[in-house]
Amino acid sequence: MFLSNTNWLDLLFYVFAVLTVVPAFLMIISRSPVTSAMFMIASFVGMASLFVLLDAFFIAVLQILVYAGAVMVLFIFIIMLLDMDQKEDLRHRSLPAMASMVAFGLLLVMVLSFFKGQFTGPLGTFPAVQEEVTTAYPDQTYDLDNAAPALPFSNKARAFGYGLFTKYMLPFQVTGILLLIAMVGVIVLSKPHKPKGEEAEPEQVQ
Amino acid sequence: MTIGIQEFLIVSGVLFCIGMFGVLFRRNTIIMLMSLELMLNAVNLALVAFSRYNQDLDGSIFVLFIITVAAAEVAVGLAILVSLYRIRDSVMADHLNFLKD
Repeated sequence: MFLSNTNWLDLLFYVFAVLTVVPAFLMIISRSPVTSAMFMIASFVGMASLFVLLDAFFIAVLQILVYAGAVMVLFIFIIMLLDMDQKEDLRHRSLPAMASMVAFGLLLVMVLSFFKGQFTGPLGTFPAVQEEVTTAYPDQTYDLDNAAPALPFSNKARAFGYGLFTKYMLPFQVTGILLLIAMVGVIVLSKPHKPKGEEAEPEQVQ
Repeated sequence: MTIGIQEFLIVSGVLFCIGMFGVLFRRNTIIMLMSLELMLNAVNLALVAFSRYNQDLDGSIFVLFIITVAAAEVAVGLAILVSLYRIRDSVMADHLNFLKD
């Protein structure tokens, strides 16, 4: 851990947990989509700080870059383009709203009772991080009886690159293809819908 | 630090519940998409906590893939939303009932 004083770390955890959970809830119950987007980004920054507490510095930086840099801008852009800052009436007492509240309560109780006392004592605390990045990866003899061993945990970005380009080479490339498909799909979807040919009648949608 | 994996898992579980509540409760599809993002992020937090706890990097690398999929999902979902808005002039979920009428 990058800080040594244990009391400070506990205090920081609670501060960051509140910074994550409270904006998440405010995001759900705020009526305007722009306010929701702002609370969403506050919640994601809080989650990035929780990643820092877990020694996952690279993921914390990635979280802020992707969510604050890309996803929130996308949301804000769409809200701006559609000009749909419609206020939604949240006081509707419909059956789905009541059912979702009941489901929320039940799931919350289930999660809390499931995790409570599951990992207590010294078993539940995190072991120390090795400072050294081990690149000693065993030979690539892909026999299925003993599959690839787990990569050792490290807080260095270099370890991520090493894992991505050795053990997770195929998923990495599939991810690239997925991004290409998403890009082509977005371009096709956002083209203005025009009927084919000259003789096409005007749109029938009311 | 005396904070163990249990506290992180509870935060992750609470966030997942809030996200699911948002998907069920809200009718604005943009906020439903945001709640989906929140649920994926709660899973990310649990994965990183377990990865740190078990001292292997595999969970953390899986988080990278989840972030990629989430970004692609948001892009496609918002594009679908834009084309729906062109037809219906609304993004509320209960106005999107093409199959009913």
